[in-house]
Amino acid sequence: MSFLAVMRATLAKDLRLEWRSKDAINAMLFFSLLVVVIFSFAFEPTAEESRKIAGGLVWVAFLFAAIVVLNQTWARELRNHVLDAYRMSPASANSLFLAKAFGNFIFVIVLEALMTPLFIAFYRLGAIGPAWELVPIATLGTWALVVNGTFFAAISLRTRSREVMLPLLLFPISVPALLGMVNATTAVLTGEESARFWITLLVAYDVVFTIACLLLFETILEAE
Amino acid sequence: MKRGFPILAIVTAVLLSFALYEALIGAPTERSMGDVQRIFYYHVPSAWTAFLLFSVNFGASIAYLIKRRPAADMVALTSAEVGVVFLTVNLVTGPIWARPVWGIWWTWDWRLTSTLVMWLIYVSYLLLRRFSAGGQAPLLAAALGVLGALCVPFVYFSIWFFRTQHPSPVIGGGGSLDPRMAHVLLINWAAFLCLAWLVCWTRYQLEVAKRQVEEAQSLESLLDGSR
Amino acid sequence: MTYLYAAYIATWVIHGTYLAILVRKYSKIRREMESLKKVASGQ
Repeated sequence: MSFLAVMRATLAKDLRLEWRSKDAINAMLFFSLLVVVIFSFAFEPTAEESRKIAGGLVWVAFLFAAIVVLNQTWARELRNHVLDAYRMSPASANSLFLAKAFGNFIFVIVLEALMTPLFIAFYRLGAIGPAWELVPIATLGTWALVVNGTFFAAISLRTRSREVMLPLLLFPISVPALLGMVNATTAVLTGEESARFWITLLVAYDVVFTIACLLLFETILEAE
Repeated sequence: MKRGFPILAIVTAVLLSFALYEALIGAPTERSMGDVQRIFYYHVPSAWTAFLLFSVNFGASIAYLIKRRPAADMVALTSAEVGVVFLTVNLVTGPIWARPVWGIWWTWDWRLTSTLVMWLIYVSYLLLRRFSAGGQAPLLAAALGVLGALCVPFVYFSIWFFRTQHPSPVIGGGGSLDPRMAHVLLINWAAFLCLAWLVCWTRYQLEVAKRQVEEAQSLESLLDGSR
Repeated sequence: MTYLYAAYIATWVIHGTYLAILVRKYSKIRREMESLKKVASGQ
């Protein structure tokens, strides 16, 4: 089967399974809501203050929610020995990787779309800067988390304390991307500075790490 | 290398003693900070040594991914471990320097923050090694070593830009360096490099012995089982 | 002044701790090698 065909088939399967069970999306939603509520105990900001801190809050909530979905990325495949089947098939390892990464990307983007109105309501948010910039920021930022997260989730499979290993590996490496996401979002919300630099940084980060993960994934998959 | 070890040990000891003397007594006293500034001679070369070791880790990780030689893996492990030790020294001396100068233990200044993140990256590398089951640890670690090294320039650059926008007190001093101070700095760096080499060599030999023993032990248990 | 000495002492404590860990690991390996030799020669 061609690269794209395998990728599309795997992606479709994952989306279909998720649509039927809605496991991941429910867990993510609940988790994000929890984070929002708990933060509200710590901060009771005015509209102006909340614009300054919302960038960080929002991305922390999305990051933790992403961990929830990333942790179960490969679990399903392990259970039914699907991973072994993939290793033995002639299908390119990268088609599997991209399918998983895109699947996770879609899940997290859906979560972000659902949570945004809630954040706006809870923290009385309104963007002073160009609000449309939040779309590329969300896209690039989410991809940065998801591409590395899917890769590290595959690495964590072969470790003890799997669920602990993933955030342990992901967080330090994601720091530049997180810095970019948070600052870009804050820049747009407060309108005090331009998000251009941070968006460029996110683009560069995404390009470098997508290529690196694609180059290395086959090796990781082969490691028994 | 076996014969070289005692010579290296002596050279290291001599250099370290001389460098210490220069740092504490030989170097001129800094005008604004006073004697506390002398921490600089240990703080900075530790970071430089760590950087060098992490570059070695990057090279060794790539070498392992290409050739799969156990020696490359052992070099990667050794350089990461010793690098973390030196970086820990940098992260500990930083706040000790900051406290009398700025009155605070920590400041999220560019260098300290970036160094902390780099430290976290390589500690996570060591944890991955510890937590992965035997056979695949070298491969997984090599992948992480490559990604971690790729991340480091992003870390420093992004945090630097962030700090130019939101300035905070700077540890480690900027500005030009008195040539006599630069001289002492380089002497201390040379001493640290010798120390790093010594410690890496020791750690490497330890790893070689450890793997030999593990191999022998697994062989023994195989034989035991077949009896 | 004490901060200066604290920094230098901290440096050597950190290096010393690491070296002590290496020495301890080495002794352990040594012991395991001895026991392996005994088993091998006992055959």
